[in-house]
Amino acid sequence: MKKLLILGAGMAGTMAANKLTRLFHERQLDWQITLVDPDALHYYQPGFLFVPFGVYGGDDIVLPKRRLLPSDVELLQACIVEIDHEHNRVQLSSGEKLDYDFLIIATGADIHPEQTPGLSGPAWGDTIHTFYSFQGAVALFEKLRVWKGGRLVVNVVENPIKCPVAPLEFLMLADAFFLAKGMRDKVQLTYATPLSGAFTKPVAASHLNTLLAIKGIQVEPDYLVEAVNPDMRTLSSFDGRELGYDVLVSVPINMGATVVGESGLGDDLNYVPVNQHTMLDERHPNIFVLGDAAALPTSKAGSVAHFAIEKFCANFLDHVNGRQMHESFDGHANCFIESGHGKGLLIDFNYVTEPLPGAYPVPWVGPFSLLKETRANHWGKMLFKWIYWNILLKGYRLPIPTDMSMTGKQTAEAMN
Amino acid sequence: MQTLTKNTIGGKEIMLNGEGFLVHAEDWDKQLAIGIAVAEGIADLTDDHWKVINFCRQTAQNSKSPTLRQITTGTGISTKTMFALFPKGPAKKVARIAGLGKPEGCV
Ligand SMILES: Cc1cc2nc3c(=O)[nH]c(=O)nc-3n(C[C@H](O)[C@H](O)[C@H](O)COP(=O)(O)OP(=O)(O)OC[C@H]3O[C@@H](n4cnc5c(N)ncnc54)[C@H](O)[C@@H]3O)c2cc1C
Repeated sequence: MKKLLILGAGMAGTMAANKLTRLFHERQLDWQITLVDPDALHYYQPGFLFVPFGVYGGDDIVLPKRRLLPSDVELLQACIVEIDHEHNRVQLSSGEKLDYDFLIIATGADIHPEQTPGLSGPAWGDTIHTFYSFQGAVALFEKLRVWKGGRLVVNVVENPIKCPVAPLEFLMLADAFFLAKGMRDKVQLTYATPLSGAFTKPVAASHLNTLLAIKGIQVEPDYLVEAVNPDMRTLSSFDGRELGYDVLVSVPINMGATVVGESGLGDDLNYVPVNQHTMLDERHPNIFVLGDAAALPTSKAGSVAHFAIEKFCANFLDHVNGRQMHESFDGHANCFIESGHGKGLLIDFNYVTEPLPGAYPVPWVGPFSLLKETRANHWGKMLFKWIYWNILLKGYRLPIPTDMSMTGKQTAEAMN
Repeated sequence: MQTLTKNTIGGKEIMLNGEGFLVHAEDWDKQLAIGIAVAEGIADLTDDHWKVINFCRQTAQNSKSPTLRQITTGTGISTKTMFALFPKGPAKKVARIAGLGKPEGCV
């Protein structure tokens, strides 16, 4: 029997375990899959965005990990403290060692407020908040419920972050939330971002910048925060710009798991460099890296993990049998962008093509519209929760193409 | 993908894309770097500037410049100093001067 060890039972680890279990059964292959994760609960992270506004509560977005996995997959509740890739084994916090034939690193990315001076002190949870963790999102819900208004600043400390559009969605939902409460005139919304505008890629950035302007959300571009002064309630940037806030909603720096760095596998943010088409760690031919843990030049998003894992599973058996991998991941990502008032946008892109207008998934037809605010896009986002729990995590195929398609898309040249 | 503009820098005609990055990498030389730096508001390129420019050119992948974090880790120059050397958006500014594409640490 061969041993496949998966570190991290989040979105990527769970999807891979479910898909591979089915594959091994179909082919009657004798593999033991073991997953290791310190957290017994699985969080639907895209739902964190809605928690501060009371749209979702814990019941909607948290489930025990065990329930999401096949019964013959072993799930150990433990933290990995060392990946000994020379000897094909890992060490758990208990001291126990597990060996493997193949390893999947799926330890994700997490926030690190302690990396920014002043961010994680006693003001954390009081005047400084985040919605990038479940606890953070719940605390922010409590805060916004009773808040009387003032300056709300959303700050992204450094890119890349998970779901890079989430801070924009938060601001647009906040605009709608305060409007509905009849206090929008008492709230100043500001987005301080290290980017030069709302998004990295020019076409989407111009659409999103316009949308923010219409909603009266100010953008403080090229803002690289140096420190937070919780007593004065100010942020200061490396180029000397001070920004005052009453509530700071921070997206602290995102980093891969510490164990990845400490085991010598990570880059400067503890993400693992991999072949961007196969997700194989080419330095170690028995290690694949799936989900946010990989240093891929595309978004850190569940949709990316999903498309990548479709390709990975098709390749895995070829690879373990010494055959060439024939499937190639193109960096495909798509993200719904909630814009408030029951509407949303959708973007679809890959390593080489930026988000462009068009229709999705069926060219010219939709039902979803790319880079356009529609009600259907909002319903797509809300439906995504059901799809996440029932289709994606279980590793079933969605009836949409894995590779990005250019059909029916308006290119930048055509728009000029 | 975007509007390209023809510019004359230091007597040399070059193409820049909509975000001010050099279109044809082969157009780059040290003289051009000095010209672009002036256009970017940096009158003098010191040894420290060159240390960063050279680092970026050496580590660029697919002619994409490294991110600010990669530069600070790789050269040992602090973020604060980077802002002093290349004010306002140091990673993008050095990428333009080094004749490289936009740093794509973030998508
Ligand atoms: C606010 C927010 C909104 C988002 N919105 C969207 C969206 O709209 N659409 C979208 O597609 N994506 C969205 N995402 C991103 C999406 O949630 C992630 O991309 C996805 O969860 C990545 O899956 P993963 O398995 O790589 O990481 P995770 O799901 O984070 O799982 C990582 C797992 O590894 C475990 N782990 C960590 N360290 C260790 C260790 N040392 N040993 C063992 N286990 C360990 C963790 O406990 C965790 O269970 C959003 C994320 C956030 C935070």
